This record gives sequence, structure tokens and C-alpha cells, in this order.
Amino acid sequence: MCGIAGFLGHGDGTMPPRMLLERMIGTLRHRGPDGFGYHEGDGIGLAHARLSIIDLATGDQPIHNPDRSVWTVFNGEIFNYVELRDTLVAQGHVFYTQSDTEVIVHLYDRYGDAFVDHLNGQFAIALWDARRRRLVLARDRTGIRPLFHARARGRTWFASEPRALHAVLPECAELDPRGVAQALSYWACVDPDTVYRGVRSLPPGHVLAIEHDGRETLRRYWDWTFPARGSPTPYASAEQAAGALRELLVDAVRLQLRADVPVGAYLSGGLDSSGLVAIIRRFTDAPVRTFSLAFEDAEFDESAQQQAMVRHLGTDHSTLRVSSRDIGTAFPTFVRHAGSPVLRTAGAPLMLLAGMVREQGYKVVLTGEGADEVFGGYDLFKEAKVRRFWARQPESRFRPLLLGRLYGYLARSPVQHAAFAQSFFGQGMQHAASPVFAHVPRWTTSQRALQFLSADWRDAVSGFDPVADYESTLPDAIATWSPIARDQYVEAKTLLAGYLLAAQGDRVAMAASIEGRVPYLDHRLVEFASRLPPQWKIHGLTEKYLLRKALADLLPAEIATRTKQPYRAPDSASFFVDGVPLDYVAEQFSPERLREAGCFDPAAAGRLFDKCRAGRATGFADNQAFVGILSTMLLEAGLRDARRAAA
Amino acid sequence: MDSRQTIRSFILKNFLFTDDASALADDAALIRGGIVDSTGVLELIEFLEERYAIRVAPEEMIPAHFDSIDAIDAFVARKRQA
Repeated sequence: MCGIAGFLGHGDGTMPPRMLLERMIGTLRHRGPDGFGYHEGDGIGLAHARLSIIDLATGDQPIHNPDRSVWTVFNGEIFNYVELRDTLVAQGHVFYTQSDTEVIVHLYDRYGDAFVDHLNGQFAIALWDARRRRLVLARDRTGIRPLFHARARGRTWFASEPRALHAVLPECAELDPRGVAQALSYWACVDPDTVYRGVRSLPPGHVLAIEHDGRETLRRYWDWTFPARGSPTPYASAEQAAGALRELLVDAVRLQLRADVPVGAYLSGGLDSSGLVAIIRRFTDAPVRTFSLAFEDAEFDESAQQQAMVRHLGTDHSTLRVSSRDIGTAFPTFVRHAGSPVLRTAGAPLMLLAGMVREQGYKVVLTGEGADEVFGGYDLFKEAKVRRFWARQPESRFRPLLLGRLYGYLARSPVQHAAFAQSFFGQGMQHAASPVFAHVPRWTTSQRALQFLSADWRDAVSGFDPVADYESTLPDAIATWSPIARDQYVEAKTLLAGYLLAAQGDRVAMAASIEGRVPYLDHRLVEFASRLPPQWKIHGLTEKYLLRKALADLLPAEIATRTKQPYRAPDSASFFVDGVPLDYVAEQFSPERLREAGCFDPAAAGRLFDKCRAGRATGFADNQAFVGILSTMLLEAGLRDARRAAA
Repeated sequence: MDSRQTIRSFILKNFLFTDDASALADDAALIRGGIVDSTGVLELIEFLEERYAIRVAPEEMIPAHFDSIDAIDAFVARKRQA
């Protein structure tokens, strides 16, 4: 795991190339504290910050091909590098390191831009082809590793995080209101958009080639795709499919344990992470070291389930207990690393957990992220299933009663009162045929934050229609897919890639120089699961049916059959102690500061602040709006500092 | 301030975060219109119970009683007379 940065083009010559590279990569030291590496050539600059995990002795980057005509810097892991290397060696390729990075330049020599098709991994790659004078940027299939780019001052610039671009391009250290509106609606921007002016995110599963004259070619090499409704299932029975899934999952875990440093695992107490740890225990020789979060607030705490798994598997386990105060204190650091507005605080405890993992001498952890998207685990999928069932007979009094089966873990459940639940979830029924039908209630809730925008920002985002705008990004084939496949696709492209793997994934782990690995997002597993019939994902209202079946004999019954409890943390309550705001919160919500930033209406934001301070913000909408405003304000303040530093 | 104004003021401040009375008509759909969400209804009921010393029974927790200022005002009036 590492950080990368660089540029293509000669630029205006106001600063020496090496100084530019040092400035950029210096902001990414947390991603790679074990050393920096550079390659400079005619109109090209590559920089790398290394977190040493594979080939500690000779794996320093940049890495080149035998005739030094192809150079690469790369963030991530190529898990199948051993097999790729064997094949390449058999084909006559000669290697000078033992690293996974070196297979990239050899694959490029052999296959050109199609080299990505051969990679099983999580990666963001920058590759310089000196013969053809072109820069190739590539990102993994599901968006585990980030890669941003911008065009300014006669150059194309790229980096693992926007802050590296801000260090040399102060004109990009400005919030873009439309990007912020997206982030506050969908929980994240929709690639290639970002919250920063002039900064683009390379979408997952894409290769961007930039020629020496500036011509760009963006190519999608992979996407989540599903069979048409009613397609025959590739397995004779669920048992047979569960067996195949088990084999694939074991192989994914085996590959992702590859490292020259010890690998740990997060244990949340749910099915997904417990299953991974059980597989490590049963099918590998790797020692099992596990880590988990506990909350002082019982509503969010899963300690009992975590301890049950620890006892069952006998792992060497550490728990970090987090209070609301810890979250409030850590929040500004979390936002700085997230680099985007956030609607929940849940990333802050994960950042603290990564810090504990690092203190205990680990650099790599496996996480259960991705299983809900791949195998159909979220309440949102079940909720949509009930609402679609209801929409077929809108007058039915009994169909909406199924809503009562959802959200049992919430202290103030939206289905607590059946009549209101029906009224709330009955909204958006006119979108029943839309691919975003499942997401309309979520987006309706999160959009509460937009009502606090200042008049100027409202003007700037006028015309933004979250439903229509998002629908315009979807592939035509989605209309032929099953309803849950549509829901999975939208979820994978919005919350997973944009938020869970980013602000709440890569950035919070990297904040502590920890590499997270996500076996459930091995593309072979994603492709396997995509072909499954809908009833093997959600069976009745039982989520992740086939995954449960595949893991059943490895887990205690209470874990294998447990209904999913999404990971959450206390939100607005984290920022007040007995009605008194933390100092930085009071500052960011002060009328003077709100006016200075210009993003939000001071009077409206002030009323929300008062409501939260009084402890009267109990619903998702208010809490998310508060966290969204606070995080946007903190980002804005950070950008002011970045512009000053870069000037 | 009469009850209709009191209810309006509460909704404006707590759900629309404004003092601008023109932002909300008496017959505007609060729940169907997305102004008050499902947990917001609970906030509203807590406010009405405290302000008017009434008790809202579970079977009375239906959208018809709370979906507009007109509906809430009429419901509160009935409860206070009972």
C-alpha cells in the first residue's frame, strides 16, 4: 500500500520538477511512511511513497522494465503476482525484483493497455511508456484504491489523494458546489466528479491513457454486470452453488493473505468478517490476529457477538472501546483524511481502530467490506423488495406490514409506527420501475442537508436532480436485470465505491498507514455472485442466503443466522457534552465562520445547531445534515490553509 | 399565539429551519411532501403532548392526523376538548 503522485507535460517551468514531486508526495507520507522514490524524464514525473509489504528488500518504486522504457508507480497489491510472474518467466521475461509491482511493466510490454485484464488485486497504477511518450492511469475494478487527476498549467497531474494536487495547484483547492451537492445527496460524488474544482476521479474499472500531445482515451475494462431477468442459473442447486462459493472464497482469502509482513483481520461480530476469520483459521496456516471496535453507547455496540466469535475461533484479539467524546475529538482528523463531506461519523472510530492496529505492529488487515453489496445484505435491498411487492397491489393493507420486519436494531425505528412507516416508505412508488427505486428514500433523507445551502450555492446547484442525474449515468442493460441486481449496481457505484471503500475505507486505514484488504471484492467472487438468481441473495427476507449457506458449518449458529446489523456510530451527539459544543464545532457553526465560507445559510444552520445541541435531533435526516455541514465546513477551512501553503 | 401559529412555528423552526411563515401553507403535505420524516413525526408528537398536555394513543398515530398544519390543529383541538 502506498501513495503515488506525478505529472505529464512540461508545464510553465516556474518550479523544478523534483520540487513539485516532493511537494506532492510529501502530503501522502501517511500512505507510505517507509520511503520515497522518484522518476523524472523529459516531460514526466513520477513519485512514490512506500508502505513496505511485499519484497521488503528490493521492492522500492518506481519499477521499470528491462530496457527502462516503461516505468510505473503503483498503490495497492496484485494478489496473483506469483502466478503472473511464473507465466511471464516461462514466456522469457526476466525480473530484477521479487515485488508484485514488476509484473505490471512486463504485462504492459506484452499486452499493452490490456495488462489490467490480467490483474487480480486492488490497485491504482501510473505507468509511463517512454517510447510512445504516453501516461497510462488505471484503477482496480471496484474502486478499492483511489486515483485523482487534474489538467492545469500545461500538465496532467495525478495523485492518490486530492491533497497532493492541492499542494501544487491552489486553483483546485476550492470546493465545487455541484460536487458537494452530490456528496450530500448520494453520500459521495459520482465518478469522475469530485468536490474539488477541476479535480476528477478515475472511475473504478477504467484505464485512462494520456498521449504526449494531451489526447485522452478513457476505456472501461470491467463493470458490475448481471444476467437478464429469467436467465438460467448456472448451478443445479443452492447446495452446489454454496460449494462453489466456498471454494472461491477460500481461494480469495488465500491470495489476500500474501504478504511479507503479518496480516490481521477486523472482526465486527457479523457474518462477513466472522466468515473470513473462520476461513483463515480452518484453511490456512496463517496465525489469526483480530481487532474490533466496541462502543460505550449500547445502541451501536456488538461486543457480545465479537466475543462469541473470539471464543469460537480462539483468536488473539484486541478491542478498542470508543466513546462519543472520542469520535467528536477525532472527527476533524477523519474529515481531513476523508477529503470529502461525510454524512455519518462512522469513519472516525475506524480511523482510531486502524491506529490501534498499527500500534500493535500490523500493517495489513482483512475486512468484511463488500459482502453486503456482492451477496445482497443490506436492509435497503429488503426494503425495496417489500416496497416493490407492495407497489404491485398498492391498496393492500397486509403487504406493507412486512416493513415491520426491517430495522429492528434501531432505537427509533422508522417502522416503529406502522402507519407512518407505510406513509414514509410509500413515497416514491411512482419510481417503482426505475433502477434507483431502492435508493430514493435514502436520497430523500440525505438531501435534507441541501436545504441549508446559502443562496449563492443554491443558485450554483440549481438544476441538480439527484434521481434524473443519476439515472443518466446507468448502463442501458440495467433495464433487463432483476430488481435486486439493479439495486446492487447502484449501491456498488454510489455507497460502496464512493464512501465505504473511500472515506470509510482506504482513507481512514491509510491515515494510520494500514492497508485494508477486501476478499469479498475479489472480482471472481463478484462475477460469481452476479450470476446467481435473486432468491439465492435474498431468500424471503433472509439476506445473503447463499453466503450463509457457504459459511454455516464454520460459524456458531448465533452468528450464521444473525440478522445483519449495519455498522453505525453516534452522530450529532458526539459533538456536544451536556449541551456544550466542542470548541471547533462552535467555531465552524458560528455565523461569522459560516458567512466566511459561504456554503451554508448561517441562520438555518444555526437553528440545526441549536436543535442538535438541545439533543432534539433524533432522526437520520437532521443528524446527517449536521454531520454533512460540519464536515463541509472543516474541509473548506482546510482548503484555505492549503491555498495559503501552495501560494 | 394561537395553536395554529404555535404548531406552524414549531414546524418551521424544527423541520424547515426558518422563521419565514410563507415557507409553509396550512394545507401543505408534511409527510407526503417530505418535510417531516418518520422520526420527525415522533418529535412533533412529543412537542404536542408537552405543549398541550395531551396523550396521543398508538392507534391515533396515523398520517391523517399529522400530514398538515390544518390536520394537526384539528386533531389537537379534538384532543383538548375530549
